[in-house]
Amino acid sequence: MIQILIRYTTLLILTLLVLAVMSFSLAYLFPGDTLENLTGLVPQNDIQRQALEKQFMLDRAYPVQFFHYLGNLLTGEWGYSFTSGLPLRQEVGIALPATIELATYAMLMALFIGIPLGYYAGIRCYSTTDHLINSASITTYSFPVFWFALLLILIFSLQLDAAPLSGRISLLYNIEPTTGFILIDILLSDIENKSLAFKDALSHLGLPTFAIGAITTASMVRITRRSVIDVKHRPYIAAAVSRGLSSWQIFFRHVLRNALLPILPLMAIQITTLITNAMIVETLFSWPGIGNWLIQAIYQRDYPALRIGMMAVSTLVITLTILVDLFNRVIDPSREKYERATV
Amino acid sequence: MPQFSLYDEEFHPSPWQRTWAAFKASHVSMIGFFMLGLFVFCALFAPVITPYDAIEQNIDGLLIPPSWMANGDISHFLGTDALGRDLFTRIIYGCRITLGSAFITVVMAMLVGVSLGTIAGMLRGVRSSIVNHLLDSLMAIPTLLIAIIIVAILGTGLVNSMWAITLALIPQFVHHTRSFVRAEMKKEYIIASKLDGASRWQLFVHSILPNMTEMLVVQGTLALSIAVIDISALGFLNLGAQSPLAELGVILADGLDVAYLAPWNVAVPGMAIFFLVLSINIVGDGLRSALRKRVSH
Repeated sequence: MIQILIRYTTLLILTLLVLAVMSFSLAYLFPGDTLENLTGLVPQNDIQRQALEKQFMLDRAYPVQFFHYLGNLLTGEWGYSFTSGLPLRQEVGIALPATIELATYAMLMALFIGIPLGYYAGIRCYSTTDHLINSASITTYSFPVFWFALLLILIFSLQLDAAPLSGRISLLYNIEPTTGFILIDILLSDIENKSLAFKDALSHLGLPTFAIGAITTASMVRITRRSVIDVKHRPYIAAAVSRGLSSWQIFFRHVLRNALLPILPLMAIQITTLITNAMIVETLFSWPGIGNWLIQAIYQRDYPALRIGMMAVSTLVITLTILVDLFNRVIDPSREKYERATV
Repeated sequence: MPQFSLYDEEFHPSPWQRTWAAFKASHVSMIGFFMLGLFVFCALFAPVITPYDAIEQNIDGLLIPPSWMANGDISHFLGTDALGRDLFTRIIYGCRITLGSAFITVVMAMLVGVSLGTIAGMLRGVRSSIVNHLLDSLMAIPTLLIAIIIVAILGTGLVNSMWAITLALIPQFVHHTRSFVRAEMKKEYIIASKLDGASRWQLFVHSILPNMTEMLVVQGTLALSIAVIDISALGFLNLGAQSPLAELGVILADGLDVAYLAPWNVAVPGMAIFFLVLSINIVGDGLRSALRKRVSH
């Protein structure tokens, strides 16, 4: 157990180091001045430039520069944005939780709708209901997420006027960000009309969550269904049938838990797709998340923001992936290290 | 004494023939197959099928609705866009560009991924462990992020977005090849060839690669659908192919400007991407279940 923990911690640290090296080298790879790319500060004259170069150790050898950069990353001095001039740490601190919130609700939707549907389809495999569920999931899975979100906007926001078009909450409500999660922030805040604000935030959340969640749900259904069918063909199920167990007993004692095991590592892969989809959908709904922020940054060629945004998003995704992997190893040590289930 | 019938020789279908038979048995898979065939046909013979040129503008015919609507005109089957370009022509060319570049992307990713994966799968010890784990975790970086970084360094363009998607697809092939090679290296027939004195290269080319093709085809279709969606997503976000080029995502982004006036400019390219991805997914799914059926019987 301790060995596994040490292994995964080293892995995490190594990967993050590789990422830090990559983000450091981006300052040199991006077009423009290295000093400006690294700090986001534009020196006004030569004296100031030399002072800044000294401060960021740009006049020293590359390894020294890198370790200084690493120290800056760890202490939270991430530089300044070209466009807004604000500290990047503050901007990421507002944008990243918004994305995490959206992705969390979409994942919850996938878990609570996708897995039960997948179980149902797997148990009734090759029946009409199974074919219906399976083809519905393939169809949803094939939707390009940006077009799906556009359709939702066209139908629900513009035609039916049932949901707001963009943003996170109506400007009428002034919510102080404490956790960064809008729903929790509303509950924690002490404004009047708390329930109205909550309803408003929910109506803003509905469409983007559905757009991301539907596609994740579809792949969840497929993964679960496959896993249940695989488990159903195992010898121990045949043994349970021959012992005379009823189908409900077989389901609860044998199928339910065994089918969950291969789903977990695949969920780790889902996280990446989920974040990508969240980033695309954010731009369509003007959701103030990290995806929208990054895409605005690339349109305006805001290199310091891109460098830090890349670091922040990949750190988030990689940490989550490694955590899921670790959890998976802990609950199922018998599993081969490199084994993964199929869809 | 067993009877030999010299004239009714027993027919043993090859593995591929058996897979094809199992694939053909499913109607849905066949419909998907013909749909994909239609798209491939459109992609290959785009200049022959289309009545106009992809960037030919017609100032007298801006925003003509599709031909079945009241104001439509049969000379523009799916209508025209805000610059008077024929939408049908642009969609056909769009399939050519999107599907073609996605295909090239997948082939490149497959070549690199399989070679890296084989090396990783044959390696042993600490070195391989580090390589494997690092690759596994770097696999988690989202495509869009890689694309944004590449666009920031090299600038926008279809070719640059293809590089980004290739980079994002490689780890997946590495992963599957590696676990396949690892599993295969433990089997008896590999040990037998090893005892015969086969080198690692010979082992790979003569023993492992023939067994791996099926896995690669299935993974390839999966990657193809991802590549199509990603290329059009980057085009849509204005990070990939640029405007006059008829790429499906770009056509959709262009149509978005006139979505109120001419909704078909949003509906048609979106449907084209959707059906393209759907047909690839159906074929991939059909292939997978056909292979599964063949193996289990």
